[in-house]
Amino acid sequence: MWDYTDKVKEHFLNPRNVGDIPDADAVGEVGSLACGDALKLFIKLDDAKERIINATFQTFGCGSAIASSSALTEMIKGKTLDEALAVTNQEIADYLGGLPEEKMHCSVMGQEALELAIVTYRGGPAPVHGHDHSHGEQEGEVVCKCFGLTDGFLRKVIEQNRLHTAEQVTHFTKAGGACGGCIPRIKDIIAQVLGEQPAVPPKKQEKLTNLRKMQLIQEVLENEVRPQLWADGGDLELVDIAGSIVQIAFRKACAGCHSSGHTAKFVEQKLRDMVSSDIVVEEVEG
Amino acid sequence: MKEIYLDNNATTKVDEAVFEEMRPYLCELYGNPSSMHFFGGQVQKKVDEARKRVAALLGADPSEIIFTACGTESDNTAIRSALETFPDKRHVITTRVEHPAVLTLCRGLTKKGYRVTELGVDGAGRIDLDELRNAIDDDTAIVSVMWANNETGVVFPIEEIGAIVKERGALFHTDAVQAVGKIPLNMAASTVDMLSLSGHKLHAPKGIGILYLRKGTPFRPFLVGGHQERSRRAGTENTAAIIALGKACRMAGEWLEDENSRVLGMRDRLEKELLAIIPHSRINGGGAERLPNTLSIAFEFVEGEAILLLLSEKGICASSGSACTSGSLEPSHVLRAMGVPFTCAHGSIRFSLSRFTTDEEIDAVIRELPPVIQRLRQISPFGRELLKG
Repeated sequence: MWDYTDKVKEHFLNPRNVGDIPDADAVGEVGSLACGDALKLFIKLDDAKERIINATFQTFGCGSAIASSSALTEMIKGKTLDEALAVTNQEIADYLGGLPEEKMHCSVMGQEALELAIVTYRGGPAPVHGHDHSHGEQEGEVVCKCFGLTDGFLRKVIEQNRLHTAEQVTHFTKAGGACGGCIPRIKDIIAQVLGEQPAVPPKKQEKLTNLRKMQLIQEVLENEVRPQLWADGGDLELVDIAGSIVQIAFRKACAGCHSSGHTAKFVEQKLRDMVSSDIVVEEVEG
Repeated sequence: MKEIYLDNNATTKVDEAVFEEMRPYLCELYGNPSSMHFFGGQVQKKVDEARKRVAALLGADPSEIIFTACGTESDNTAIRSALETFPDKRHVITTRVEHPAVLTLCRGLTKKGYRVTELGVDGAGRIDLDELRNAIDDDTAIVSVMWANNETGVVFPIEEIGAIVKERGALFHTDAVQAVGKIPLNMAASTVDMLSLSGHKLHAPKGIGILYLRKGTPFRPFLVGGHQERSRRAGTENTAAIIALGKACRMAGEWLEDENSRVLGMRDRLEKELLAIIPHSRINGGGAERLPNTLSIAFEFVEGEAILLLLSEKGICASSGSACTSGSLEPSHVLRAMGVPFTCAHGSIRFSLSRFTTDEEIDAVIRELPPVIQRLRQISPFGRELLKG
């Protein structure tokens, strides 16, 4: 049984704002029967068309999908459209006192419907979305064919929620949760996103002695890098450190993985951020 | 809140009489049956008695019974043994609706270079014997087909399947975890070479199972070490649980008639009433022969986990073929294999009864479930269209 918070249970048992708004200003509809969950969000604006005065929902889905929808409508009432657009899926989950990670996709669905409703209302192009079976042509590459999820959508969720593993991406978006065929591609996207992320403000660069540098490199690999690789069934071994050149060999699932190039880049970025900006990572046979 | 437990295909209550039978063998009579002293010897006698009781329920010889830790172990042992005894045969046949204990093992075999055929099922969950005839060849080491499906209760024609398998000289294994105690079995007149049984599905405790192994069937043990179970399953016997299983099997034989009359009657009443009261509901596996205790019923345009949570609020325990209950993201592989439409698969609920189920409990479900479905359909965008239309 899922470990739902009391707030999730309460919103599921007594959902707020169920129904439709016949003269709604904005409507966002995501998901489908095939996906197993779907949400239709209705928004009514004030006369100035600025502030949300009413929001209702209809949801087909599990307990946490219904609770997330209920929470979303409560959260956005009284907000301006810009304020509402800034609501993240994490905030929806937080409002409910948290969701089991496997159910985070329910909060993502809420955020998606909200964004779709507002952007379409403003006449913009429909955002590149996730479960959009009902929205016709999609832009971007469809990564997860089972749930119809595009790379742009996955990138966004990975960035916003700082996801590191394919399993997390599945929990947040469902991508890879059916046939699993796209999991290697999801790992590629994670590696790309992590590589692109602006570096954490570098620690004040102290002049490191070689010994201190080696210690730091080992610490970062042990504490920051390897746990992430383990999560995907991979591993690496530190082969040698020569000045700023760090030689690593991939092990287990990482060895021979076609995205190991991205993984090496990810390791390099981590070491640059956390140890020294001049570090170069080389992958060697070991 | 008193629970209304209708999830007996998941696990069952340990019968008080079964518990009483095993109780002395935990704290007082804890000897090791392998020991040379009287204290172990008296336990050995009781284990032998349990073996006879299990054999009697299956219509088997006691020497054909190997105690294991669970149905999953029995399944793994059977299939791996067949592959080891026929190292030249590289083909395995099973079905798309097997329990994960078999299916995951078989799918793993494909990575080791085996050919694995998964027989499909029709909309009612039945396999096509011609598909089996076409798939089986001299390379087939083992065919593993469950006796009855855990989700839908659909019963497979085991002896007809076995006849085809025997003709080609392959071994035949059946996972009978859901069938034992609900269908009369007679191994003496059967085509089955190996059969798996699990104690906790028939009112014995968890952690005990058996593998039936027909005399003369080539065999390689899964666990090696001690000489227990005539070296076919090493490891000190779970004596108390074995003794419990013996008692549970004896009682299952006595209750078989009740299972196929009173329990069947309650299942049929539940099915009929729910179909009549709740529009857009349908039975999964309705057209096939089914176990007397199992009802898999689909409600369109609502999602199973939400149904279970609302039923749980009323004390009613059932299970679902929905994706969201298991942490996986697709509805059950069984319902998908049957081609159950998505509109139904996500909203499928399984009620599984037992001899402890009462008419009052069935009444409670008939009373509580329709408003739950109605309520969720009012929340669901698809359900609302349905209610309007």
